[in-house]
Amino acid sequence: MAELLVWPALLAYGEAAVAYAGNARNPGALGRLATWGVRVGWLAQTALLAGQAYRADGFPWSTWASSLNLFVWLVVGAYLIWGCSPRFRLLGLAVMPFAAALLAVSYVAGGTNSGGGTAWNDVLLVIHVAFALTAFAGFTVAAGLAALELWEERLLKRHRAGILRLRLPSLLVLDRFTVATIAVSLSALTVGLLAVFARLPDHGVDLLMAGTLAAWLLYASILYLRVRSGRRALAARLALVGFASVLVLQLGLLVTHVA
Amino acid sequence: MKLLLIGTSHRLAPVEVRERVAVDPDGAAALATRLAGDGEAVCLSTCNRTEIYLAASDQLEADRRATAALAELAEIDPADLEPFLYRLEREAAAVHLFRVAAGLDSLVPGEGEILGQVRTAYERGKVGPLLDRLFSHALHTGKKVRTDTAIAESPGTTSSAAAALAAQVFGDLKGARIAIVGAGKIGRRAARRLTKRGASLSFVANRTEMRGRELADELGGETIPLEQLVGATERADILVSSTSSADVVLTKDELARALPARKGRPLLLIDLAVPRDLDPAINELADCYLYDIDDLEAVVHETARGRETEFARAESIAVEEAARFREWLATRDVVPTIASLRERAEAIRRGELAKASPRLAGLSERERNAVESLTSQIVNKLLHEPIVRLKEAAAAEDRGGPENRFEG
Repeated sequence: MAELLVWPALLAYGEAAVAYAGNARNPGALGRLATWGVRVGWLAQTALLAGQAYRADGFPWSTWASSLNLFVWLVVGAYLIWGCSPRFRLLGLAVMPFAAALLAVSYVAGGTNSGGGTAWNDVLLVIHVAFALTAFAGFTVAAGLAALELWEERLLKRHRAGILRLRLPSLLVLDRFTVATIAVSLSALTVGLLAVFARLPDHGVDLLMAGTLAAWLLYASILYLRVRSGRRALAARLALVGFASVLVLQLGLLVTHVA
Repeated sequence: MKLLLIGTSHRLAPVEVRERVAVDPDGAAALATRLAGDGEAVCLSTCNRTEIYLAASDQLEADRRATAALAELAEIDPADLEPFLYRLEREAAAVHLFRVAAGLDSLVPGEGEILGQVRTAYERGKVGPLLDRLFSHALHTGKKVRTDTAIAESPGTTSSAAAALAAQVFGDLKGARIAIVGAGKIGRRAARRLTKRGASLSFVANRTEMRGRELADELGGETIPLEQLVGATERADILVSSTSSADVVLTKDELARALPARKGRPLLLIDLAVPRDLDPAINELADCYLYDIDDLEAVVHETARGRETEFARAESIAVEEAARFREWLATRDVVPTIASLRERAEAIRRGELAKASPRLAGLSERERNAVESLTSQIVNKLLHEPIVRLKEAAAAEDRGGPENRFEG
């Protein structure tokens, strides 16, 4: 029965995505509808995940499809921290269609079903998956923030007269949030990688691990660039490149798990 | 209890009158307590208006006392004050307060300060069920208008457009430092606008020190000679230039040399001078955003077009919320009638059940409960339609009422 919760979650995320698109053209009631869609969808997905956890024999999100389900929940959760504010509704337009599409993929691939899972005694794997997914979700939201920041920068540079009517968050606020999100996510990825290193004697290194390490290095250099040299726009562009690496890693996960 | 508003504002009264009836929050609280009597009262007093909202059973008496109180404040004869006063009742008073809270009745439409002033007046007034509902609904409306429309993002002048752009870059302007190049009238106006939004003056660079000193003293910054401008840009986040110089006072190369020390902190440059003071190529530098007078005019023009739309949307929100308030008000008026109708019906039901009790004596406890529940349901169903009609009639009567009286 818990599997059925994917439908309200999907519908609510879809409704939020459509309402955000409408709100971008005509701000107002649609924005509130979108925010409620995100909230309701996230609650439904929380219940879905709780149902999966309750019925699983081990760690329920160890498959690619189920980890995608958890990933979407983390992304929407991270977005919800700011998403209720009207000024961040344009970020919702970037995040929610993405979240709805990924949840649909997870559903089609069986990631929203209950039962199964990796044995809980592989604690290091559980820690790795949980922290790496949290980090990737954070990087996804950071990419959304960075994209918004770069767009706003472009509008300012080109003297777009209608910029004030878009009611975007200020450039510095976007920058601060991007940096903070990357910093928190990088810490989570560090824990996830340490768990992987602890498993090395038994499992060895694979390409995916190397890719994750490369993503860690990229995000660490973004933070270094931003904090030490103050290169804000470059850091925002690199956050988008970093997000591309997250997508590649997710695809890599799909390939290795299907193989 | 009837809702009544008596007040004066920038729409009817010149500043000489407004300043005489203005009171501070303590005075407003005392006035509300004094005028409430056994009813309710809230006094909203700002630099643009003094309004008294009353909920009273004797409207004429409440009106008389409020008018006398305002005349007493102004220290003039009530008859002399009369041309500057307006009076609104019921829904019209609600619409007015909702428009005020939304900033639609302000000198600068959409300004945010009024919402806080309405809240203070509400918190310090003598409120009961009617004014409590009215003011909480007004605060909700004010917030909704600011959330759902861009009315607050519509600067009407180039200096306010500059301040709005600064907020777009830096967010809260508290902590942002301003540099003024050229202490003329335009530069002063822009500096005042920015400091009003929380920014602080870092320095004034002017050819003649005395003139720069005046502005620096007024807004709390220092003065520097124009020649030291390049080195001093490190100490500014917003640079406003409005000299009468025929040449450029800051070039791209000069500014580029000063940028590394800024460590990526954005610099907003506002060039209000004609001919321009700042090299247009500065806009190509990373983290520098240069706006000249034409760019600012374009922002004002664009938002002016949008302002009408936003204003209309904000108006419709205020009217919509006032209609909701009217429905509540109408329902509230018929509540005693509905309660008495229900009481009467319940008394009849109980009486009939009592009469029939000998015939029901043989019923079990469960059957008796079923009869109780059945009779209650019949009574509720019979009353449902008349109650709905009563509420509708009250709302319709309220719509056609003579509340839209606007005097003065």
